[in-house]
Amino acid sequence: MTYSPWSVDAASAVLATTCDKPGPILISLQALQDEFGFVRDEDVELVARACNVSRADVHGVLTYYHDLRMSAPATTTLRICVAEACQAVGSRDLVEEVEKSFNARMDQPGDDVELKSVYCLGNCALGPSAMVNGELVGRASAQGLKNAANARVNS
Amino acid sequence: MTTTIYVPKDSAARSIGADLVAMAIEAESAKRGISVSIVRNGSRGALWLEPLVEVVTSEGRVAYGPVSPADVDSLFDEGFHLGGDHPLALGKTDDIPWLARQDRVTFARVGIVDPLSIGDFQEHGGLVGLRRAIAIEQEEIVTEVTQSGLRGRGGAGFPAGIKWRTVMATESDRKYICCNADEGDSGTFADRMLMEGDPFTLLEGMTIAAIAVGATEGVIYVRSEYLTAFETLNRAIEVAREFGWLGKDVLGSGIEFDVRTRIGGGSYVCGEETAMLESIEGKRGVVRSKPPLPAINGLFGKPTVINNVLTLATVPAVLADGAATYQGRGVGRSVGTQVFQLAGNIARGGIVETAFGISLDTLVNDFGAGTLSGRAVRAVQIGGPLGAYLPVASMGISMDYESLLAAGGMLGHGGVVVFDESVDLAQQAKFAMEFCAIESCGKCTPCRVGSVRGAETIEKIISGQDVEGNKKLLLDLCEVMTDGSLCAMGGLTPLPVRSAMLHFSEDFDRRARSDDSIN
Repeated sequence: MTYSPWSVDAASAVLATTCDKPGPILISLQALQDEFGFVRDEDVELVARACNVSRADVHGVLTYYHDLRMSAPATTTLRICVAEACQAVGSRDLVEEVEKSFNARMDQPGDDVELKSVYCLGNCALGPSAMVNGELVGRASAQGLKNAANARVNS
Repeated sequence: MTTTIYVPKDSAARSIGADLVAMAIEAESAKRGISVSIVRNGSRGALWLEPLVEVVTSEGRVAYGPVSPADVDSLFDEGFHLGGDHPLALGKTDDIPWLARQDRVTFARVGIVDPLSIGDFQEHGGLVGLRRAIAIEQEEIVTEVTQSGLRGRGGAGFPAGIKWRTVMATESDRKYICCNADEGDSGTFADRMLMEGDPFTLLEGMTIAAIAVGATEGVIYVRSEYLTAFETLNRAIEVAREFGWLGKDVLGSGIEFDVRTRIGGGSYVCGEETAMLESIEGKRGVVRSKPPLPAINGLFGKPTVINNVLTLATVPAVLADGAATYQGRGVGRSVGTQVFQLAGNIARGGIVETAFGISLDTLVNDFGAGTLSGRAVRAVQIGGPLGAYLPVASMGISMDYESLLAAGGMLGHGGVVVFDESVDLAQQAKFAMEFCAIESCGKCTPCRVGSVRGAETIEKIISGQDVEGNKKLLLDLCEVMTDGSLCAMGGLTPLPVRSAMLHFSEDFDRRARSDDSIN
């Protein structure tokens, strides 16, 4: 995934499209993350000013939602469903195998690959389910995910 | 002559290769000089047959599945584009017993229509309910929905008509219709499939609700894991605006109503209605105290109808066919149909919409054909992560709101997650507490602290520390969480824990027993 280079002006331009909407804090942070990959410390003040709210309000929202991140994403993000329906078809084993095959740990930061737990992807009849850079994979295996990750990097 | 071929665009179908199948069909047909038109429909719901390819023949739609890209060559060899026979041939789609035995109301069009074709939508009965709602009085719409017995499909099962009446009766300069599409329960995917496969039905239901209560704005709150559904909805909204349906003048009625979408932030508790309102307002998704009810003081402090996707998507059928038709189905106070979702370790998973009152056994063993692994079923969790684990001895239970409540469980959003005999219910109970700890909004102590202490206590039980004492402590903690939590997150987390302890006590006593045998 490619993101735009961040600057105060670029961030302000994004905020100009969101700050006048009703309930603007969350959508502003989401828009910044979509555009620049993650939310920077400097963004907190920019959002607070643009939306006319306190920095504490922005910080509160930023740290509440699992999706919002404050560091750059890895080249490959692999989200593995670890909720009940996927547990029933072996997601606990899958997590172990994936950790080995990608040489990475779940929910730890990484540059090349980031493995993240997710609680349900809505594909519960075809589990275990995973998402490779946003693409849903059903009946996932460690090898299949490895192939999918490679295909997505090469393409 | 051009043959029309349906290849689902549903996320589940795509997760196992539907896009590749569509590409292969396109490439192979071009190579052979056969003219085909591929329609990317929603899924019929038989996810065990996906990717399910349908070909339109003079006899109707015939199905082939599950199709892999490697099968496409031989499918053309056997003339599948003319309905030819093939090892993957399933005959007429409507005659596949798994589908034929269902009673589709909410899902009547899903998998059948082109999701973004408003013409297709109308040819299959779309907008009939809305046109009737425009023609009759607000009071009549609310009465019709009340009389239909339609209850909230999100899980709470509150009668939709009563909620609507409160909003209708509350004076305000502005009212909202909020659709809860934050389908976070593991084992559920019906909201997603409906939004991807038949988004206009949801918009129709929301428009009817808006006319009934006098709302001008609608918001659909979609979880961030459902980006495809989100994009499909956004496109459907644009199509509906161009059609003259959404906007200042709904279908020429002079009524104003428009819909916008909001994407969630990956927080499970935002599926709780007041936390969802906070999130739509852009704030932390923290649960509000009730009262005031959202029907009186909801989004931005205005009267708000909050309904689940399936509730709103059922409304058009209620208006089109009348309350009596809908009410004729089901058992007791659970009237109409429920969209059950067969999930987890199941051989034939997917959507089974049928009248309330079907037995769990019929769902799991008949429709579901038992486990995917082939091992014996040991436990079934009904109603998502906050639902009870039931043992095989309970398989005769009637699937309706009241029966499940009486059995110490809940129907929730209709998810049925099957586990085989390899499951360890003590681990599942611990997971329930851990999940609550991760997703708790933190506002009330029983949920925020109780879930952490609960997970610790179950870990002690698993590792054999004072098993009897810790089991008592855990039950005590469950009582505090049930009675003292602000919302269902902390209040219902004890449901899977207690049901696991009750029905699968051997899993909690394992370590204690093995220690005894050493002594």
